[in-house]
Amino acid sequence: MAAVKHLALPRLALTSATAAASPQPPGGRDLRLDLFRGVALWLIFLDHIPQNVVNWFTIRNYGFSDATEIFIFISGYTAAFVYGRAMRERGIIVASARVLRRAWQIYVAHIFLFTIFMAEIAYVAATFENPLYAEEMNILDFLKQPDVTIFQALILKFKPVNMDVLPLYIMLLLFFPPMLWLLIRQPALALAGSALLYVLAWNLDWNLPAYPNGQWFFNPFAWQLLFVFGAWCALGGAQRLSAALHSRVVLSIAIAYLVFAFAVTLTWYVEPLGRFVPNWLSDWMYPIDKTNLDVLRFAHFLALAAVTVHFVPRDRPWLKSPYLRPAILCGQHSLEIFCLGVFLAFAGQFIISEWSGGPLIQTFISLVGILIMVATASLISWYKQIEGRSPTGRSKPPDADLAGGEA
Amino acid sequence: MKLLTALVATIALNCLPAWGAVAEPQPEACDVPASFLESEIDLTRVTQQLKDKHRLDVTVLGTGSSSLAGPDGAHFAYPARLEDTLKQQLPGNEIKVTTHIQPKQTTANMLGGLDKILAEDHPSLVVWQAGTADAINGVETEDFRSSLEDGVDRIQAAGADVILMNMQYSPRTASMLDVSAYADVMRRVAQQRNALLFDRLAIMQYWNDIGTFDLYAATKKYDMARRVHECIGRALASQIISAAHLDAVRMQTTR
Repeated sequence: MAAVKHLALPRLALTSATAAASPQPPGGRDLRLDLFRGVALWLIFLDHIPQNVVNWFTIRNYGFSDATEIFIFISGYTAAFVYGRAMRERGIIVASARVLRRAWQIYVAHIFLFTIFMAEIAYVAATFENPLYAEEMNILDFLKQPDVTIFQALILKFKPVNMDVLPLYIMLLLFFPPMLWLLIRQPALALAGSALLYVLAWNLDWNLPAYPNGQWFFNPFAWQLLFVFGAWCALGGAQRLSAALHSRVVLSIAIAYLVFAFAVTLTWYVEPLGRFVPNWLSDWMYPIDKTNLDVLRFAHFLALAAVTVHFVPRDRPWLKSPYLRPAILCGQHSLEIFCLGVFLAFAGQFIISEWSGGPLIQTFISLVGILIMVATASLISWYKQIEGRSPTGRSKPPDADLAGGEA
Repeated sequence: MKLLTALVATIALNCLPAWGAVAEPQPEACDVPASFLESEIDLTRVTQQLKDKHRLDVTVLGTGSSSLAGPDGAHFAYPARLEDTLKQQLPGNEIKVTTHIQPKQTTANMLGGLDKILAEDHPSLVVWQAGTADAINGVETEDFRSSLEDGVDRIQAAGADVILMNMQYSPRTASMLDVSAYADVMRRVAQQRNALLFDRLAIMQYWNDIGTFDLYAATKKYDMARRVHECIGRALASQIISAAHLDAVRMQTTR
């Protein structure tokens, strides 16, 4: 396990010696996680700019699930990977303390983003006026009562557009220590408990209240299933599933389902195709509920994961290719890059609406955004490297969660 | 989706004569490509009332974006523009558009007065503009859906056709107000309940994309708002005439 730890260190390039010395032992750092989380972060960034041609390339247009599922699953996986080890080696108190500190960091990041958002809104409120949009401008009413709004934001009840993922992540981490404890001892029981909570949330309409109305956009009682499932996979579940994952039957079912989901998604965008969806099917299928992680979405993610695991085994040499390095770097610093992505989406949208919004500009903004994300991720890696070498630094990085194995 | 519709629309616009052009010359060049207004759903009650009684009673239910502030706002808002256009296009018929504006009311709240309105107006067509207030108030999309379905059922049971009108395209508030989920609900409810959808969101975005209107512009003046409402009124009239197959009616009466 000590060798594993070193693999988790952020390196711009793994030395061939290290790679040869540890031919990816089970439990070693799985570059696929970083790669796909990095890609998911890019996709979330792109999806958060509403008027954007590049959105056409993001996976939500080709099936039921989207980048959020990938992000939450991998976050669960890495959380279990990092804190599970901490729990086994240093006990429940230390591991829990570190999980909670992580939740706190995410909370601070969320409030920071909220401040930026408020600044943007206040600017629009002060500069934009058009009688055509008298009704839409009511959305700015909350600026009239900052006492209420800011307090509601601090207790995570008020979450402006696109600021729903981090509060979900915070809730998931707050309840992660006992779940992790159980996952280590009784993985099957833990997973069953998580599934039961999911079913109960669906049947009893459990969700957390939001401000000014309604409930959380990402219902934590439902989305925890994906997070816990990720954690379960990290703690040995993936090995248990490996026989199933390599069977042709499972692969065929997964591919068939992906094709089905693609066909259905197509009917959303090409209206005339809608008539080929029989009424009984649409009555049964719709709505495909994102708030409560619809079973169809969950299944779509599972199918996607199964196909990915089949075609991209973890020991593929090209995973270390320099071309994939940018995505992997982003995936290794997911909290920072996620926040940056939300900010860049605000900024990009702001540029599009204040100046110009042609497809060329949109493509340009999307590319520049991703470049900034990659550059920042490299910078963070570099910081961690120099801090690791500093005289006060320890031989081990102080936070596995902040180094490559970020949860 | 919007991009695709816009793309299809642009192609349609270039290849086919714009549908509105068949009608009389328009002072506002804001024709909407037929693809935005076409539907397989027929407004049978509208056709029936015009055929039998040479009259058409339309009720517009809506929130703030169905009205205009400023001097004589009601006259410039799209319901009045709709009435005028229908009168022009369907001469010899009595056309009456009754408007019920309930600012800031969510769809669930609007249901409260619905039966009374239906009983008083006896419309053969209800244009129901909804969704913006729900999005602003963060109403759950599921609650929005059930309110909408309930309302559409009641209107249809009262003997009227339904056109659901979705939100305005408002790029400057898009970062704060995401209406797409509510627009999806309206599309599906319309599909499932055999109601027509007037896709104001896509039409306004199309106008913005091709440069008919600069919807990003900040202004205190009413000019552009009035022109947009004029164009919405006309497009809505086109949709009604097309879906109720009134070209024949128009021919008969103008002959």
